[in-house]
Amino acid sequence: MNKIAAAFKAAFPLTVPVMLGYLFLGIAFGVMLSQSGYPPVWALGMSCFIFAGSMQFVCVDLLLSPFSLAGTALMTLMVNARHSFYAISMLDRYKGKPARPYLIFGLTDETYSILCSAKTPEGVDENLFYFFVTALDQLYWITGSVVGAVVGGLLPFNTDGIDFVMTALFTVIFVEQWEDGGGRVPAAVGVGLTLLCLLIFGRDGFLIPAMALILIVLAVLKRPLEARERGRAA
Amino acid sequence: MTTAQALMTLGTVAAVTLALRAWPFLLFPENKETPNFLQYLGRVLPYAIMGMLVVYCLRDTGFAGLGDWLPGLASVAFVVVAHRLWHSLPISLIGGTALYMVLIRLI
Repeated sequence: MNKIAAAFKAAFPLTVPVMLGYLFLGIAFGVMLSQSGYPPVWALGMSCFIFAGSMQFVCVDLLLSPFSLAGTALMTLMVNARHSFYAISMLDRYKGKPARPYLIFGLTDETYSILCSAKTPEGVDENLFYFFVTALDQLYWITGSVVGAVVGGLLPFNTDGIDFVMTALFTVIFVEQWEDGGGRVPAAVGVGLTLLCLLIFGRDGFLIPAMALILIVLAVLKRPLEARERGRAA
Repeated sequence: MTTAQALMTLGTVAAVTLALRAWPFLLFPENKETPNFLQYLGRVLPYAIMGMLVVYCLRDTGFAGLGDWLPGLASVAFVVVAHRLWHSLPISLIGGTALYMVLIRLI
């Protein structure tokens, strides 16, 4: 019991920013889905079984478009390909964890951003810690989307722009990673190549070329970067 | 779209999403050592991806008018400076978001 409480206590504070973001984004998603005529149980089901923020917004469009499974699959591939990136970088960290199947299922942008930079505190069970971060995030997302679906468009105030909290969270993690100093070259590669692809391919088609270029450049830089890592460790 | 078609559409989304998250784990199972190249990617990708996500969030920035770029870029700049100065999550996150919400209404 103590082990569980300790892991929960370590996980919860890290998830608070995601709570803010997911509640508001979830509500926005729920409102959109209910306005296109689907009752709240659909929002609940989608947030339980799909659990992919931006893709669920796209789903609202898909549900209003002509039926096409191939088109749906292709769209999902394009929007969610970045999740394979997260999986590759979590291969070793999820190793040997009993919660691994659920951790893999719940690997969203926000959960990844917390877990890739979080250090499990001394004496805390890492499996439970990872599990609680993932499960709390999903709980926030489910809660937000169901609340949004139930209240529909009846929110008492205008929340336009509240989703910026996610951008702020990613920026904060970026700054913290920059300050730890271990990965400034890959960080610059990520920003620079994504910007370049955004300029070349435009907002609808830049993410996949950006991911491909990042992989290629990081592969080319493997020797010098590993030499740098050894230099820092020495 | 009928209910059955809607369920099939959402089932496809769920299956493809899960497949995208799971294939690396299926390809490189736990009992085998992760190839050296993927271990390297595991170490450097988090840095590159976080940079990619920040740019991804700002993808709607344009330069046709002040309101297309100033709120987003100014708020991200605020978050960077505030976080380097104070390292406080509430100041960086709530301050940055509040600034953004004010700016998109004013400009």
